[in-house]
Amino acid sequence: MGRLKSHDVLGLREMTPEEMTLILDTAESMKEIIGREIKKVPTLRGRTVVTLFYEPSTRTRTSFELAGKYMSADTVNIATATSAVVKGETLKDTARTLEMMGTDVLIMRHPVSGSCHLLARVVDCPVVNAGDGMHEHPSQGLLDLFTIRQKKGRIAGLRVAIVGDIQHSRVARSNIWGLTRLGAQVTVAGPSTLLPPQAEAMGVKVTSRVDEALEGADVVNVLRLQLERQKGGLFPSIREYSRAFGVNRERLSRARPDVLLMHPGPMNRGVEISSEVADSAHSSIEEQVTNGVAVRMAILYLLLGGGEAA
Amino acid sequence: MKLLIRGGRVIDPGRAVDQVMDVLVDGERIAKDGTPDRVVDARGMLVVPGLIDLHTHMREPGFEYKEDIASGTRAAARGGYTTVLAMANTQPVIDNRASVEWVLNAGRERGVIRLLTVGAVSKGQKGEELAELGDMVEGGAAAFSDDGHPVASGELMRCALLYARMWDKPVIAHCEDRSLAGEGLMNLGYWSTVLGLRGIPWVAETAMVARDLQLAELTGGRLHLAHLSCARSVELVREAKARGVRVTAEVTPHHLVLTDEAVDTCRFDTDTRMNPPLRSPADVESLLEGLRDGAIDAIATDHAPHHLDDKDVEYAYALPGIVGLETTVGLILSRLVDTGRLSLETAIRALTAGPARVLGLDQGTLAPGSPADVTVIDPAREWIVDPSRFASKSRNTPFKGWQLRGQATLTIAAGKVVHDGIA
Repeated sequence: MGRLKSHDVLGLREMTPEEMTLILDTAESMKEIIGREIKKVPTLRGRTVVTLFYEPSTRTRTSFELAGKYMSADTVNIATATSAVVKGETLKDTARTLEMMGTDVLIMRHPVSGSCHLLARVVDCPVVNAGDGMHEHPSQGLLDLFTIRQKKGRIAGLRVAIVGDIQHSRVARSNIWGLTRLGAQVTVAGPSTLLPPQAEAMGVKVTSRVDEALEGADVVNVLRLQLERQKGGLFPSIREYSRAFGVNRERLSRARPDVLLMHPGPMNRGVEISSEVADSAHSSIEEQVTNGVAVRMAILYLLLGGGEAA
Repeated sequence: MKLLIRGGRVIDPGRAVDQVMDVLVDGERIAKDGTPDRVVDARGMLVVPGLIDLHTHMREPGFEYKEDIASGTRAAARGGYTTVLAMANTQPVIDNRASVEWVLNAGRERGVIRLLTVGAVSKGQKGEELAELGDMVEGGAAAFSDDGHPVASGELMRCALLYARMWDKPVIAHCEDRSLAGEGLMNLGYWSTVLGLRGIPWVAETAMVARDLQLAELTGGRLHLAHLSCARSVELVREAKARGVRVTAEVTPHHLVLTDEAVDTCRFDTDTRMNPPLRSPADVESLLEGLRDGAIDAIATDHAPHHLDDKDVEYAYALPGIVGLETTVGLILSRLVDTGRLSLETAIRALTAGPARVLGLDQGTLAPGSPADVTVIDPAREWIVDPSRFASKSRNTPFKGWQLRGQATLTIAAGKVVHDGIA
């Protein structure tokens, strides 16, 4: 196995197809570890992994923590609500403090786009972006790629529809870069008020007609709708959104019969996705969660261990 | 003291002068002839009227940790400026005669160049009640502006233009519809899409430009538009000028040499965050065209010093704005004039005669009898922008590390040498 050329994992736009493939390949062996009865390898023993979360999170934070633990790293989780941040400490000072305690990798989620870039400038240890504002969520993008590759055997040439609030979604952006770099044909769909301008220039098709996006799709990735967007006037009501843009059985029937249905979670059942399809055989939503741990193990391994056998 | 600046290329756009000649400073005036006490060899140099900045945030009183009148005017002198117009968004706001007089006195006591000030349009810049404009004129206010905040109320703006007309003073408008700008952090377009930063559409500016132009037309008042950033704004101003509306306009150096892509290439560096935001290449082209055809009258720095603590934070938490006094000449000469995008004459006009006309000043020319404000620029001097060497207290500039060509080497304000970088 090789090593990542990058010092940090800040976004898939900055990552080469070779690096992405290396992470996905590495995640295959990691997934095997998660399937064992004793889910522990000594790979990162003596290494310290710190998660620093400025936004609430269950799955991503836990996923990174378990990824570290399964490889015997020491993991520390900091939720800013209970940290010195509430005393007014700046990101820079918090980060430096953590690094001085011997942190080997910092994993951060932050509501402001670009904050992981700032973090990477102020610390020497590798930084992993666990979601920054509306910018990127690279580990989610990679776990989605991993899931698609596992279920479809390839990524190149697949037709992938990403449906929902594209504008505010870091998952959408990371998926777009990852999928297009690896050769998929991507269509993004959602209400025009939730489509960012000039998204076509990112190399995707853009439409407000969900039916059109789903037509013949191999993969449908449904994004979470943040319900508070409605108050900002971006769409009139949850009801109208669900009727016009929600993915349900009827809509999904336009896709290929073997369509793979994905959702990064947490779901608003009955809003952007109907329970019928979320719980159907097409759905890989639960498997995505397991794959998330495997991909994050691969990221930590390649950033910290690299070279040694897993 | 009589100082002879010998053998330089004199560019005095107000008089259509561009020739090698001598300039004699005699006390506080430019003189025709006389015997000098000191001679400066200006061969190979540009000799231009002292530069005038229509848009400087001096930060004093209230924010002296960012800049004060002493450091800000020193920065101006280094950059070749001999007159700057201070904005009123200080703490307290410059919204009454006593404050105006305080700033002007402080300028005389601690400033090294001529310091002018605006008075606020509204009390406390709250956009509610008209400030005492007449009293402030008597105290010496050169213009009025709530800059930093748009005047949201159309009626208040109408009254301000109409009222200020009695003294023929311009109202300087910061054109921004806050309902459209929202929580925006950069230009709305491809780069805001890629970077996931909230976008500010151009119409947030142009909607207010259109309103204010029509209010100027309605009232006959004098309107000056601050820091225009969009193509459509330039078109609107050009059309209004053609119809005889009394309007002038300025553009900043950063809106002329950077585009919104800088937020990406500088990797979310908060020194790319400004208001109005950096725009598209097409907008930059239109702004340059506006300077060339006279739709835009002046290049103004919008010098906005911020402490590192206000900038070295997450992008959305950083305060908008950058310093500009010490980089403008180098940027304009090397990035616009040397590259053939702007003529030297147009560039110098926009830094001298243009802004002088906006404020109705008798500076901005080297005609004998004029105030002795002269700037000597070495157009061939190569230098690297090193913010740690700024005279300004603040270092917030996206141009750090840029290799520039052209720098003010001698600045004379009111007959006194206030910057001597020849040695």
